[in-house]
Amino acid sequence: MKKSYKLENLDCANCAAKMETAINKIADVDSCTISFMSQKMTIEAEDSKMDSVLDTAQKAINKVERGCKIVK
Amino acid sequence: MSRLQKFDLTKIIIAAILFATGYGTDIIWFFIAAYAIAGYKTIFEAVMNIIHGHVLDENFLMTIASLGAVYCGDYPEAVAVMMFYQVGEFFEHYAVNNSRKSIADLMDIKAEFANKLVDGKEVTVDPEELLLDDIILVRPGEKVPVDGVVVEGFSSLNTAALTGESVPRDVSSGQEIISGTINLTGALKVRVTKLYEDSTVAKVLDLVENAGSRKASVEKFITRFARYYTPIVVAFAVLMAVVPPLVMPGQIFEDWLYRAMIFLVISCPCALVISVPLSLFAGVGSASKQGILVKGSNYLEALARVNTFAFDKTGTLTTGNFDVTTIHTQGAISEDQLLELAAYGESLSNHPIATSIVARYGKVESGLVTDYAEVSGKGISGIYKGRKLFCGNDKLIKDLGLSWVNPTEIGSVVHVATETEYLGYIVVADTIRDNSASTIEALKADGVTQTIMLTGDRREIAEAVAGQIGVTDVLSELLPEDKVSALESVLGENTKGHLAFVGDGINDAPVLARADVGIAMGAFGSDAAIEAADVVIMTDDISKLVTMKKIATKTLRISKQNVIFALGVKAVILLLGAMGMANMWEAVFADVGVSFIAILNAMRALKL
Repeated sequence: MKKSYKLENLDCANCAAKMETAINKIADVDSCTISFMSQKMTIEAEDSKMDSVLDTAQKAINKVERGCKIVK
Repeated sequence: MSRLQKFDLTKIIIAAILFATGYGTDIIWFFIAAYAIAGYKTIFEAVMNIIHGHVLDENFLMTIASLGAVYCGDYPEAVAVMMFYQVGEFFEHYAVNNSRKSIADLMDIKAEFANKLVDGKEVTVDPEELLLDDIILVRPGEKVPVDGVVVEGFSSLNTAALTGESVPRDVSSGQEIISGTINLTGALKVRVTKLYEDSTVAKVLDLVENAGSRKASVEKFITRFARYYTPIVVAFAVLMAVVPPLVMPGQIFEDWLYRAMIFLVISCPCALVISVPLSLFAGVGSASKQGILVKGSNYLEALARVNTFAFDKTGTLTTGNFDVTTIHTQGAISEDQLLELAAYGESLSNHPIATSIVARYGKVESGLVTDYAEVSGKGISGIYKGRKLFCGNDKLIKDLGLSWVNPTEIGSVVHVATETEYLGYIVVADTIRDNSASTIEALKADGVTQTIMLTGDRREIAEAVAGQIGVTDVLSELLPEDKVSALESVLGENTKGHLAFVGDGINDAPVLARADVGIAMGAFGSDAAIEAADVVIMTDDISKLVTMKKIATKTLRISKQNVIFALGVKAVILLLGAMGMANMWEAVFADVGVSFIAILNAMRALKL
């Protein structure tokens, strides 16, 4: 299922690009796009795996831009 | 400006003053103070990020570059690096927030509240809480919160926020109204027909917000490029700092370290990575303001490359309504009189041609026509005002033994005659929209090389319409299922540029999906059209296509300008830096200055 989440404190366009690449590499993620301008992340993954995917994604995000949070 | 932004700006100003003082007095402490104020946050972030495992980021690069300058004894330059970096960051945040806000304002169509009527009393609720069949009151000046039907009252609605049209729409009891419009003159009682989440406002907001997720190829190129650019430049910097002093005789380490620092400063691709999404986002936003909803920035890009436009005829190039187009009198009778006779003659028929003649005439009093008879395949006859009238095709007139005039105009003809005299004819046709011809002309002027019309109509009608508006290719007599294959045959021949298809969405779903860009028009509330199309134009105004193409072309041009400019300047200064012909100021310009200019340029897309 495709779901969209707001990203708080996403301030750097380069970081958005790095996060997108990193999250796309996560095993259970089918696809992920991050729009820096609208501060939104759209992830496609299985419903049952979504929660764990979001946790892993948050960790990947923390590495790139501290303080950026996924709003669930 | 937010408090945080004001704080950042204050820091920059203080650092600048200290810097200027240091420059004037040559006392190193001013430089140190300036450096500390301008740079403490950056250095802190660099350290924190390294701890979290992320080393190669802007903060780190700027820290290293400025420390390198300090090592070389270039204190002013070290401070300059930090200071200009802060200026750049400040401006970047300001510009991004500004455009996000501009677009949020453009899309300020959601109503904050709704006045629900419960047992005659008003209760203020959130629009999202409204249920189907609730009755709400919308006062003048208020936004319509959800889609519904007017049950009481009459007023005009300002639809500009959704359609870009400045002419208000009059509404009265029984008419449907959509959310996002602003009530102007009279209070309206409305019955809710769609929940907030299914209403037009929610759909439009959703579309525009998600447009950023469908990325244009320019965007993808930039992000991929940036991924490789930074590591490569940094690697070069390291090599430059280390190799030449060791390998080449007589080279001073500090010289090469300085050059390596310059490389580090330029290694950030920020200008590129920000300006392209910014301009595309702004382009989508300005299009929405005009009532043109583009579902993805990739479609905006595709539109700029469209050189062929295919149109569905009925409902798109024409209004889809039969209307009287010509009244030609032959006898001693005025046009109004001929119309009156035809209207009464046709008043008892249900045929669309008959009803359009009656509609054109106005009010027809019943009971004035007697002895009404239909002659199948030919027409009708009846007695009106004491005379026997015949209305029909040429066969009917031939049977009367009279001669008639064949119309030159294309459409369905109704000849009118008495038993002894031929009176004239009336032509009823699907009306071509007023601005169809000018739209086609404008599109051609804008670089569209081929225009195609698809229709199920007879060839003569199709070709006549095409001739009147300037369409180059006509594909007529098509059955609905033929439209896709007809389009494909045209697509096949066209290798350069993209194909856009414009239809009213109702039966065009397969064709819309097949074209490179599918555009649905007049989709005021039509779910199927919004689903199938890539671009939705909220009104019937076909001239919006020209606006759309202009916005797309300009937005893409701005993006390309930014890419070429940013890459060009960086390449030049990298080259000069490697050869020792550039200094830190120029490096900082190549980074911050280029960012600044690229962002300013990108914001031009908001003003389209």
